[in-house]
Amino acid sequence: MPKVKMPRKSTAIDMTAMCDVAFLLLTFFMLATKFKPDEPVTVVTPSSINTTLLPDSDVLLFTVDKDGRVFFSMDGQPKRKKLIEDLNTQYKLGLDDKEIKSFVTGASVGAPIKDLKQYLSLSEDERKKSGLDKGIPTDSANNELGAWIEYGVAAQGGSIAKLKYCIKADNQTPYPKIKEILDTFKKKHIQKLNLVTNLEEAPKGTAAWEEANAPKK
Amino acid sequence: MAEMDTSSSGGGKKHGGTKSKKQSTRVDMTPMVDLGFLLITFFMLTTTMSKPKTMDLIMPKDTENEKDQNKVKESTALTILLGKDNRVYYYEGLAQDPNASANPDFFKATSFANTGGIRDEIIRKRDEVAKLRNAKGEPEDVVVIIKADDQANYKNFVDILDEMAINRIQRYATVDISDQDKKWIQSTEAANGVQSTPAAPPAK
Repeated sequence: MPKVKMPRKSTAIDMTAMCDVAFLLLTFFMLATKFKPDEPVTVVTPSSINTTLLPDSDVLLFTVDKDGRVFFSMDGQPKRKKLIEDLNTQYKLGLDDKEIKSFVTGASVGAPIKDLKQYLSLSEDERKKSGLDKGIPTDSANNELGAWIEYGVAAQGGSIAKLKYCIKADNQTPYPKIKEILDTFKKKHIQKLNLVTNLEEAPKGTAAWEEANAPKK
Repeated sequence: MAEMDTSSSGGGKKHGGTKSKKQSTRVDMTPMVDLGFLLITFFMLTTTMSKPKTMDLIMPKDTENEKDQNKVKESTALTILLGKDNRVYYYEGLAQDPNASANPDFFKATSFANTGGIRDEIIRKRDEVAKLRNAKGEPEDVVVIIKADDQANYKNFVDILDEMAINRIQRYATVDISDQDKKWIQSTEAANGVQSTPAAPPAK
């Protein structure tokens, strides 16, 4: 009687197709992800129980570091271009194309307007070393923050209603600085502001916690 | 699945050397797939989790006109002062009467601690005021007045606004600190030395 030979089948599968899928997804996520823009200063934001998300667009973001230096940033390259061109004409800064491009593609800026030409001609690393990034002046004698707000609003074009004003300040920022900034907004008749915070859970037993954990009807 | 054969011992097939062993060109893809999915997971998690949240802050309009300003009742008010080194002080009412500080228990110090801190005080005051009735017979709302000293930092400010959200306080206002308040903070600090224990009675 002849022996019945079962053909030995390998249990291994071809992984190539799975690998293709994995890398396709990887490429998609890498391309679709917007990296956090490089910030000139590190800011540790306080936490709150608020869950409202920071919008991606139509935002004027004012970053305040722990020494109270104020930096300005805005999304949208066409808007940034309009903003810097307006500033250039108004303050007669004499910026050349390279410096305008540096502002349009860059992240935050924080320098007095008169130093803006020199500031924009430097690279990000050089700015830190040169000590030019002393922040936007907010004191009442020379309140350039107001000007930045005005030009930022003007650069929005039609979508002013959607515009949000965000303040991202460090835990250690002294309160008088925050007050100066809030007062500046108040003077511009901007009442609705957003403070950037981290999420933290509402403490147990409080009104907010009970609301969040209320049994669903 | 083909694997790279790296073992040198061919299992006793060493004789002759006439037949060269047929090496497969296929490589094990499993580690590569692992790596791919690991990176995907990383990108997916970092993108969704690093999204910062925002807190709405609505500032009141400056009104010059005395009539347009809201009046706060002494009985429904709780004033909170933010001092340096994360210290919190509070007193009930608005302290418009300069003699109010005659009572040694009037001006109190506390902290941002989860229990026995300013939160307990806010809750206590809120529930106490809810029992009061206004002229129309409706329950009163507590009004929290927040005054930050020059030495307070941004964290304190956000923390106290967060307390308002946590305890669902509907009416609160940030007000400039008065000289009288500063004086009280200074005398309390002096009396308590460097370390102020929570809810320690201030010295007169």
